[in-house]
Amino acid sequence: MYVAVKGGERAIDAAHEWLAEERRGDPKVPELSLAQIREQMSLAVNRVMAEGSLYDPDLAALAIKQARGDLIEAIFLIRAYRTTLPRIGHSRPVETSDMRCDRRISATFKDAPGGQVLGPTFDYTHRLLDFELAAEGAAPVAQTGEPQQASTPRITDFLNRDGLIQDEAHGDATPPDMTRQPMEYPADRPLRLQALTRGDEGFVLGMAYSTQRGYGRNHPFVGELRIGAVEVEMEIPELGFDICIGEVTLTECETVNQFMGSKTEPAQFTRGYGLVFGQTERKAISMALVDRALRWQELGEENVGAPAQDEEFVLAHSDNIQATGFLEHIKLPHYVDFQSELELVRKMRRGAQGSMKEAAE
Amino acid sequence: MNVTEVGIEARQRWMGLLARAPSARLAALFEAAGEAPAHDWLRVPETGGVMLRGRAGGTGAAFNMGEMTVTRCALRLESGEVGHGYVQGRDKAHAERAALVDALMQGPRASAMRAAVIEPLAEAEAASRRERAAKAAATKVEFFTMVRGED
Amino acid sequence: MRDDALSGGFADTPVEAARAFRAALEAMARPGSIHAVSGAAAPEPLSVAAAVLLLTLCDRETPLYLAPGHDTEALRNWLAFHVGAPLVGPREAMFAIGGWDALAPHDAYAIGTAEYPDRSVTLIVERTELSNAGTRLTGPGIETEAHLSLPETEAFQRNARRFPLGWDCYFTCGDRLAALPRTTRTEAL
Repeated sequence: MYVAVKGGERAIDAAHEWLAEERRGDPKVPELSLAQIREQMSLAVNRVMAEGSLYDPDLAALAIKQARGDLIEAIFLIRAYRTTLPRIGHSRPVETSDMRCDRRISATFKDAPGGQVLGPTFDYTHRLLDFELAAEGAAPVAQTGEPQQASTPRITDFLNRDGLIQDEAHGDATPPDMTRQPMEYPADRPLRLQALTRGDEGFVLGMAYSTQRGYGRNHPFVGELRIGAVEVEMEIPELGFDICIGEVTLTECETVNQFMGSKTEPAQFTRGYGLVFGQTERKAISMALVDRALRWQELGEENVGAPAQDEEFVLAHSDNIQATGFLEHIKLPHYVDFQSELELVRKMRRGAQGSMKEAAE
Repeated sequence: MNVTEVGIEARQRWMGLLARAPSARLAALFEAAGEAPAHDWLRVPETGGVMLRGRAGGTGAAFNMGEMTVTRCALRLESGEVGHGYVQGRDKAHAERAALVDALMQGPRASAMRAAVIEPLAEAEAASRRERAAKAAATKVEFFTMVRGED
Repeated sequence: MRDDALSGGFADTPVEAARAFRAALEAMARPGSIHAVSGAAAPEPLSVAAAVLLLTLCDRETPLYLAPGHDTEALRNWLAFHVGAPLVGPREAMFAIGGWDALAPHDAYAIGTAEYPDRSVTLIVERTELSNAGTRLTGPGIETEAHLSLPETEAFQRNARRFPLGWDCYFTCGDRLAALPRTTRTEAL
């Protein structure tokens, strides 16, 4: 039996109105502006851009405000908006070697050319709450030094010169795009990297952590971590040449992993790679570890059955919008499905009681 | 439009500056630079997404990273020059001003535009980049040896 | 690129593209029905209707094949600005445009796969004449029967037999268009 019902409309309208009022909070407290969110909640904005897969800080700030600070809800809003945009084209692959670095560190080479530049990091804070921030104060001013003129070379280039690290095969093939074609397994590395860079930070972090704890261990060092601005270039067909269409801040992490060698490869270091929108280094490091774990097959390593080695498991569960959509839909009305389950359980119980009665007689 | 006359490289430079410029700064400079010329649209401003690409390991196979918002338009001045605007973000007025400047840079007002809009944008961008690089430089670690074992 | 490549697109894109899309949809949903469209002016030899279809259905992600006769520099330039579709050979094309004979061999195009029958080409066939006469059409979207002046019948019969695989066709003539999906049965009279 199927029963169609109506009547939620008024309740839903009222729920939306109350949601709007709760979003605003106490009207005696000044309302947040998008500029305030963009400037002062910038790491939340970065996460929404990375996982929403759309670089636009003002839109991400709006999404955070609308979602009352629920970042997965904000990412959902950005993903929905993204689908309405006509695709103008694609950029040239960004040149991260030309990045103007705010931060650039290496855990493998103390004296790396270009130096260790800490940037605006939490790393050396004591993680003690700073109650001075609870009161409004003068805007802090950063120290300045003599700017570096030379560009910052890539750390892995040094290892590569001696053949100590596996080479990255340069390719100009058009990469697959999971926003246009359904995922197919096995996925190649470009498709995996696309899925990981927009994947949920918590999930990718958990997967990366599992490899460190022994589930597919791959002995990573952070060869290099850099955060900064890169220019985006695109070929314009009507002009017949490339132009710069903007600038984005990215976080790039390259891990150097030990590799024992195989039948065909001498012992050398291998790489994991992370590249994420915004200042998002936890995510970029996690991405690099998971990328490396997923490369077991091409590197001729053993599959030890670790979750982080299972491509389909990782890629199919890394998207928080897919996950939350499926998870949260179970709270929506399932009256008819449940009614049939209820009847089934009742019937089974009747059957069981009947046979028990027969057995007793 | 005559690309060879104005030089592709010079045009790439000003189009890049116009794309990266904060919309409000371009608006202020452009308004101060004199009257905006009348124009016909060849492509009305439209906002879309451009898929950004990176490379595995920074140098290897290309992969899709995610999109950025871009607004573009194309127009023709009464004097015939065609201007294209491709700018980051969703600001249609920004794209229109970028296309107008691009068109004017190909005509008799080029040197005035260069002085009033392009060079000030270039200077402002260089200054803000320098300022950021100076802050980064202050956080550079200077290692010094405390003890060196002798045996 | 010459400046005339930059004109001839939709003046009011949202409205004109929506109208054109509705016409394209109706034509495909009711095989044999003829619809007039407007709003595009492309270089020769592209008809208005074919130009409208390309502006409405194609973009930078729809590989396009220009058959001999349509593969001109003026048209390439116009497409680069207004459509941006990558130009490819018949096998990679999602859309192909040209006269019926110029598009031959008609077996050279993608007809989809069992998992994704939609990964097939849409042919835009330029005609010098388009009328509700000639080949009898029956099948989904046609209440009893319809008639359309097709260039031949046999190729369409062969195509229909491959269902769910196969290509779909638009026919364009001046500012008018009609369509023939792979589901339509055709009989020569």
